[in-house]
Amino acid sequence: MPRASYAGVAVAVPVTVPYRRYSTHGAHWFIGQALEALVERSGIAKERIDGLTVSSFSLGPDTAVGVTQHLGVSPRWLDHIPTGGASGVMALRRAARAVQAGDADIVACIAADANHVESFRQMLGGFSHFARDASYPYGSGGPNSIFAFITAAYMRAHGATREDFGRIAVAQRANALRNPNALFKVPLTLEQYLDARPISDPIHLFDCVMPCAGAEAFLVMREERASELGLAHVLLRGAIERHNAFADDPVLLRGGWLVDRDDLYAQAGVRPEAVDFVQTYDDYPVVVMLQFEDLGFCGKGEGPAFVRSRTLTHDGDFPNNTSGGQLSAGQAGCAGGFLGMTEAIRQLTGEAGERAVKDAEIGLVAGFGMVTYDRCLCTGAVILGKAS
Amino acid sequence: MTMPLMKSRRKNPVLRTRQMNLPPWARGRTALGMTAAAAEGRFELQVCKRCQAVQYPPRDACHRCLSPELKWTPQSGAGELLAETVLHHSNDPFYRERLPWRLGLVQLDVGPTVIVHLHGDVASPLTPKPVRVHVGARLDRAGAAVLIGFPPEETANMADDKMLREMTSDPKFRKILVTDGKTEVGQALVKALVKAGAEIVWVGHAEPWKKLPGLDDITVLPQVTLVPLDLTNGRSVAELAGEIGGKVDIVVNNAEVHRAFGIAARRGTDVAKAEMDINYFGLLRLAQEFGPALKGRSADGSTHAAAWVNLLSVYALSNFPPHGTFSASKAAAHSLAQCLRAEMRPAGIRVINVFPGPIEDEWNQNLPPPKVAPAALAGAIVKALKEGIEDVYPGDVAQEWLERWRDNPKVLERELAAGG
Repeated sequence: MPRASYAGVAVAVPVTVPYRRYSTHGAHWFIGQALEALVERSGIAKERIDGLTVSSFSLGPDTAVGVTQHLGVSPRWLDHIPTGGASGVMALRRAARAVQAGDADIVACIAADANHVESFRQMLGGFSHFARDASYPYGSGGPNSIFAFITAAYMRAHGATREDFGRIAVAQRANALRNPNALFKVPLTLEQYLDARPISDPIHLFDCVMPCAGAEAFLVMREERASELGLAHVLLRGAIERHNAFADDPVLLRGGWLVDRDDLYAQAGVRPEAVDFVQTYDDYPVVVMLQFEDLGFCGKGEGPAFVRSRTLTHDGDFPNNTSGGQLSAGQAGCAGGFLGMTEAIRQLTGEAGERAVKDAEIGLVAGFGMVTYDRCLCTGAVILGKAS
Repeated sequence: MTMPLMKSRRKNPVLRTRQMNLPPWARGRTALGMTAAAAEGRFELQVCKRCQAVQYPPRDACHRCLSPELKWTPQSGAGELLAETVLHHSNDPFYRERLPWRLGLVQLDVGPTVIVHLHGDVASPLTPKPVRVHVGARLDRAGAAVLIGFPPEETANMADDKMLREMTSDPKFRKILVTDGKTEVGQALVKALVKAGAEIVWVGHAEPWKKLPGLDDITVLPQVTLVPLDLTNGRSVAELAGEIGGKVDIVVNNAEVHRAFGIAARRGTDVAKAEMDINYFGLLRLAQEFGPALKGRSADGSTHAAAWVNLLSVYALSNFPPHGTFSASKAAAHSLAQCLRAEMRPAGIRVINVFPGPIEDEWNQNLPPPKVAPAALAGAIVKALKEGIEDVYPGDVAQEWLERWRDNPKVLERELAAGG
């Protein structure tokens, strides 16, 4: 049976609660700020928001349920989606079905995380059972060494160089300089990228994101409702997700996008060539390169040649991570999985300011989340189109 | 190639001795199965009883057929190094103090991909040519099992690798106290430790007026110094600890009293008390005096304080009635050694418990072979120090008793009551 279409689902009101390197506020504070901004910017009364998804790593022991009482909302549809880099795609997919089915009328999708001075280190050791038993004891303290392995294995398999990954990071920094919310505010040259101190060879400083506190959010509703409320919105054209794909691959050199991408493009009724910009998940540059390949913008192993031949800035011939991405805007925990989504909505609703991609009609947002042991388990992607 | 470890320079007495930060020690209950095997020197992974899938990280169900019947099974460890990284940054205090640190991603020939601490002599996988590696399990400084990628063949100075030295208690360049030099086992231990590169071996000597055979053979060794030590006397233990406690890196407590009696064969409690006084209270006195000093020096450079060895007996597991009171004293000592292990763990000092079967000595004269030769016992102890093993059952008798005890302790009790 072919999957039901997402026709008629609108995504609107992209909200960013400004990032800060450290904050004494907790996740509930950031979620509250995000909901307040959604209400203020949409003009929709809090009581009318009858669906809610929450994505956060630092909310425990609360889940989305606790958030309802904390913020005084009474949704009739609720989901808790703490899946990191995949949370944006997964929240949108679930909310879309809820509004299509009528289980909810207006769904607020919110991702937020706190970042105290000690919290990142504490989160790493308790991130998953497998991490506790089989990766954290080896000292990397997080995904750096895992992605160092993946980067090294990719370089060995496909002949990529550090310069190739550097092109991705440098272009994203150029984009970030036009994003007032980005934490990094100075240009980055390829030379600086190459000269940066090693963190976990071959990963160097500018291959890593900076953990921070912040929130991202958006609203999902039926297209008629968005029009009726006069909200600028985009349309969901297609969406996929996959978990634990290629489990027998000894090291992650391809992602689950490869399994489902034909389905994605068929559902959206477009080919990769028609995509005007991509918002890839960029916890490390190698992952961006994998997405270029696995989402069909170039062949497997052609990533290095692809980044050498294309310009990845917002005004280039293949705009990628126009907000600066997590590499240059910062990674606010689960909100990092929403960053591409809010940015894509802005690009397609004319809110992207001086980093706007000219005449953008179609954007692709990819998600990648949850390193529980030696690889990321969740992959997903959505194609968004400008509302006519 | 690993550079040979150089004798560390005299340390600056003005500087504070570095304190221990343990590597991350938390493991789930299921994952502790790997630690249990590594404690005895084996690398085991879960193998599904139904479909034979080998899996890692440890799980509560087979990831292929969902069977919950998973058996920890010894592995050869052969595999291919897929990628390496050198950490220059860590959020963990233990590793921060020891950077840079090499890690590898290995695909075992039996299937799973494992993250390992990577030995310096394993080649880097820079070309498409496969790099073979041998994976083994070791206890880290927190006493938890970790996997290590070794070169497939022995290399020169392999044990001197900086990472490996953190996982083991190699006697090389270490200062060691052996608590009793008058027994054959004690003398064999001293010789084996000197041969393994110990810098100083202090040898306890309770009754200096007794000229016992073999003592001269060890005192001629330049590394060896006889020291007065009577474990029945708290003051004697305290005095020695005051003198050398701050320098000892490894304590080997081999002092024991062994008489071959049960309950009815002898009247009164004098002999049983003498056994307890050395075998149990002797350990307690020694641990109270030497334990804190060892703990304070557990992160003190490449020859940091490292280990505490207890000579117990396989009779500690289940009473051997012909040697009934001795068995009881060793059971008490075993229990106390578990307490000592728990108290030493926060400092990263390894407590090694040795459970031999009957030793080839005068107190086991009437027992039939096989018996453990003192030199073999000493060899097993040095091997445990070198390989980071925590529980040692040297000799065929000990191995067989252990197997019977694990299989069914009640059946073993009945068999021992019936004469073995």
